[in-house]
Amino acid sequence: MAGTAGARAAETRAAELSEAAVNGDRLALARLLSAVENRTPVAEAALRRLYPLAGRAHLVGITGPPGAGKSTLVSALIALVREAGRSVAVIAVDPSSPITGGALLGDRVRMQAYASDRDVFIRSMASRGHAGGLASTTGAAAAVLDAAGFDLLLLETVGTGQSEVEVAAAADTTVVLEAPEMGDEVQAIKAGLLEVADIVVVNKGDRPGALRTASQLRAMLAAGAPRLPGDDRPRPKRPEVMVATATTGEGIPALLAALDRHRRTGADPVGTARLARAEAQVWAIVADRVAGELHAPGHSKSTAAVFAAVADHALDPYAAADRLLESLGRDRPTAPSPRRDP
Amino acid sequence: MTDRPIKVLIAKPGLDGHDRGAKVLARGLRDEGFEVVYTGLRQTPEMIGTAALQEDVDVVGLSILSGAHMTLLPRICAVLRDQGQGDILVTAGGIIPDDDIPALKAAGVAEVFGPGTTIASVATFLRANVRPRD
Repeated sequence: MAGTAGARAAETRAAELSEAAVNGDRLALARLLSAVENRTPVAEAALRRLYPLAGRAHLVGITGPPGAGKSTLVSALIALVREAGRSVAVIAVDPSSPITGGALLGDRVRMQAYASDRDVFIRSMASRGHAGGLASTTGAAAAVLDAAGFDLLLLETVGTGQSEVEVAAAADTTVVLEAPEMGDEVQAIKAGLLEVADIVVVNKGDRPGALRTASQLRAMLAAGAPRLPGDDRPRPKRPEVMVATATTGEGIPALLAALDRHRRTGADPVGTARLARAEAQVWAIVADRVAGELHAPGHSKSTAAVFAAVADHALDPYAAADRLLESLGRDRPTAPSPRRDP
Repeated sequence: MTDRPIKVLIAKPGLDGHDRGAKVLARGLRDEGFEVVYTGLRQTPEMIGTAALQEDVDVVGLSILSGAHMTLLPRICAVLRDQGQGDILVTAGGIIPDDDIPALKAAGVAEVFGPGTTIASVATFLRANVRPRD
């Protein structure tokens, strides 16, 4: 599609918005984030420009069950980070309705105090049908904010259950929030969310049971077998367990210190998270492009026929996948395929 | 892009503490397929402006029951214009006397929805009047 007037217009607009956003224009930044969310041609052109500028921010994921206090904790962190003179951006994800596609984005309610501070930027995102706790475009939005120069990026997930671990791939450091009395010790040894935490915060530390919840979590999370020499199989992280009260700010300085420490010297090197993130980003684009090609005008009919055949049990899903993959690229005689001469 | 959801900021400017109507509308617009950012009570025009800018919304819906609408609503429209968002559709609801509506419209409020307005009619108005976007 390169060379069409539409692509040139998108390129021009992307260049304009990217340059303005990097130079501190907050409206341009907001418009870029919308382009990313809506997956417009401007977004792709802008991300190609901005990606080389990103990679400097500390990406921190904040996750945990609904009502655990994620937004309140984010607000408390913002206050402290600003006292230290660092800039901070937040992406707060709330769920989209699976029925209507609508969403109620309510995380800003807890983050009110920063209206006149241009080094705080808060953006709500609807998950738009993506199931992992973030929106499918959250990673790209984070890259835009990173390129715009924010020191700290907080990615707040939707309220999660036990297995929405995607944030761990999107962030350098993952904080899992728990509330007191949310479950017994068996909950703490189940696989899933707690395994990907770098830091576990028992929030609402002023409630009865908070200290006991924290000590149970500590005991169970530390209970795994020690690593033997020469054993390099992947294994769950051993998170630090802390107690905090986000509404009063108690424990938040210790949390910020733990975040900074993890970034510098995490037991799991932050490089691992970045590699996982790069892989996830590229795969997502590959999957998108494959789906886009299969639904393009030349293909959509035969693609739909394959789905219908699977629905009728006339074709098995594996054979269907083979057929779709074989049909890729067939209508693109000009597509450059890498040729290897024997 | 016609199939992207319309993004609406529902805000309560000023000092009245009643946000039942705002919440009902936020919920209703959610059910109509809008993405609704709700920011809570006691917002200054500057807070509303910042939220509208960072969220890049298409619509700002203001609910006001305190009687301060002639002061606050024109201020909010001016803040939005000054920050380059003069194309946002601004609507208002709550307790607003008919006599005040022409002046509010002159100040930049696109429509005023009084008590008894249905959610469906608000949704229809927003869909018909929202700015085209890239």
